Amino acid sequence: MNPLIQKYLRSEYAQGKRRTIFCPGCGNGIILGYFVRAIDELKHEGRFDDSKLYIVTGIGCSGNIPVPLKYNIVRALHGRALAVATGIKLVRPDAEVVAFVGDGDLLSIGGNHFIHTIRRNAGVKVILVNNMLYGMTGGQVAPTTPMDAITHTTPYGNPEPPIDACRLAMALGATYVARWTVALSRQCIESIKELLLHRGFGLLECLSQCPVYQGRYVIGIDRPSKIMDYHLKITVLGKEPMYGDKITIGKFVDYEKPTYEEIIWSMINRVSKGGES
Amino acid sequence: MGRYSLMMGSEALVRGAIYAGIRFYAGYPITPATEIAEYMAQLLPRAGGIFVQTEDELAAINMAIGASVAGWKAMVATSGPGFSLMQEGVGHAINTEVPLLIVDVQRGGPSTGQPTMPSQQDVMQARYGSHGSYEIIVLSPGNVQELFYLTIDAINLSEQYRTPVILLTEEVTVHLWEKIHVPDPEEYPVLPHVTPPTHGDEGFLLESQLHDERGYNVANDPELSAKALWRLIGKIRDNVDKISRIEVKYAGDNPEIFIASYGCSARSALAAVKMLRQDGHKVGFLRLITLWPFPENAIKSVLRNANTIIVPEMNSGYMANEFRLLGLNVVPIPKLGGEIPTPEEIYSAVKGVLP
Repeated sequence: MNPLIQKYLRSEYAQGKRRTIFCPGCGNGIILGYFVRAIDELKHEGRFDDSKLYIVTGIGCSGNIPVPLKYNIVRALHGRALAVATGIKLVRPDAEVVAFVGDGDLLSIGGNHFIHTIRRNAGVKVILVNNMLYGMTGGQVAPTTPMDAITHTTPYGNPEPPIDACRLAMALGATYVARWTVALSRQCIESIKELLLHRGFGLLECLSQCPVYQGRYVIGIDRPSKIMDYHLKITVLGKEPMYGDKITIGKFVDYEKPTYEEIIWSMINRVSKGGES
Repeated sequence: MGRYSLMMGSEALVRGAIYAGIRFYAGYPITPATEIAEYMAQLLPRAGGIFVQTEDELAAINMAIGASVAGWKAMVATSGPGFSLMQEGVGHAINTEVPLLIVDVQRGGPSTGQPTMPSQQDVMQARYGSHGSYEIIVLSPGNVQELFYLTIDAINLSEQYRTPVILLTEEVTVHLWEKIHVPDPEEYPVLPHVTPPTHGDEGFLLESQLHDERGYNVANDPELSAKALWRLIGKIRDNVDKISRIEVKYAGDNPEIFIASYGCSARSALAAVKMLRQDGHKVGFLRLITLWPFPENAIKSVLRNANTIIVPEMNSGYMANEFRLLGLNVVPIPKLGGEIPTPEEIYSAVKGVLP
């Protein structure tokens, strides 16, 4: 085990008594490593206080990413991570609230919360792990699966076009939106650092490999490194989010505007008399 | 001390909640629970609290769970259709032991049913609405005064047992105006808020699947899963007599016939008992303040000489069945349609079974 990560782990994980549940070659463990490196670098640079970190997850493979870490962690229900995260951020505006979510989790069952969390500009930092299908349940079609793809629930090809999370987020006025692939380590780490320091809502979408289901069924390659190569091949650097035959990657937007928690708290301070009325 | 004030049931509930330390409310507009949200929107920020109108009821209960976890007492209020949507959050809060107040202002169902009419059709949804095996605390206030005090009691129970508690009321009760007593601050007991446990320098791990005392997932271990679930069930089941409350009147002469009810229906039931007593009939009155866990022992001890129990309620006879399980001869008065059973209706029904 990398000694860097050891000091960020819960005791049973640090002692090797517990292991992550990821399949060999899964991108989730790599993203966990990026997250820890980003926090570690920010701490060394004196730019981040991780004592006030709350992490919320949805349900799915990606929901297991932060579990080994010794931060405050809420494993929320499928799709509801952003609602729980907003509740935490409103009550603890000084805390940093990060949500690890999957593509089905955030964009299908949690789509409504995604829309309204961005509309409010709640200061929640979303790390979207996009493996282009439902991995935990065994490889069913997701709203991010390419059209015509064969999955266990689209045996004759996916009849539905995919959604572009970054494009949707930008349309809703998200103040930080970036997309990278797990193959681009430095870009991912830098983006997580920017996300953690960002004021207001932020989205980092990370294309990730699922060798067992995405690799075998959607792409037709099951070797993890080859899937990472494939992700590099179908992505191009761009200024505008696009999600088709070619997927654009890069930082699409980064600006600031008043956040939901700032507006709420300024209202409370205005009308509060410090007690019951 | 305190003061007396004329107020609507919804306002009494909201003021009771703020008195008990609720500082976070999330909700979605729904008849007939909307006034609770409107009073909250007005009063909560003045008390330094946060009101959020969410995108749906799913967001409401999950946002309230987040707020409770982060350190504030939180609540939601809704009616039948919204309560259905919130059921996933009820189970989540039970399994992660997050204190939370959930108010269901009952209207007629199923589906969108009768939005503006009262009912008591959600007593089983309150008990069994979320999936899986669990126990839950459900309180049923009978008047505006109780909407104030039982709201505080419900919040205290949720903190004491680290579990969501449901306050199950009706359209007619929250829209009623009555004079109530409002205590001074600190006059009525209020428990402090509890948040998930941390371990040394390790933060809490709030696991939505079955987990051990550290929060580690045990869902693939039959023995540990059973242990985790029995503990959650046991903390309510083993304390039924401490949690559950009933109100009893006209029982001093050990009547053989009782009228038992709850919520708004109990008001008509009490009026019917008074009418029957005026006619010289020995009839007792029993009101469930706690619907769940069902106050079995308390009821049995009151009804030890009774042989017949009449149960008026605004559903197809749900709680009457619970009394039947105690081995009693039960005469249900199930009333559907949205009108409260009248004292005269109950009076006539009892007359029909009198010896």
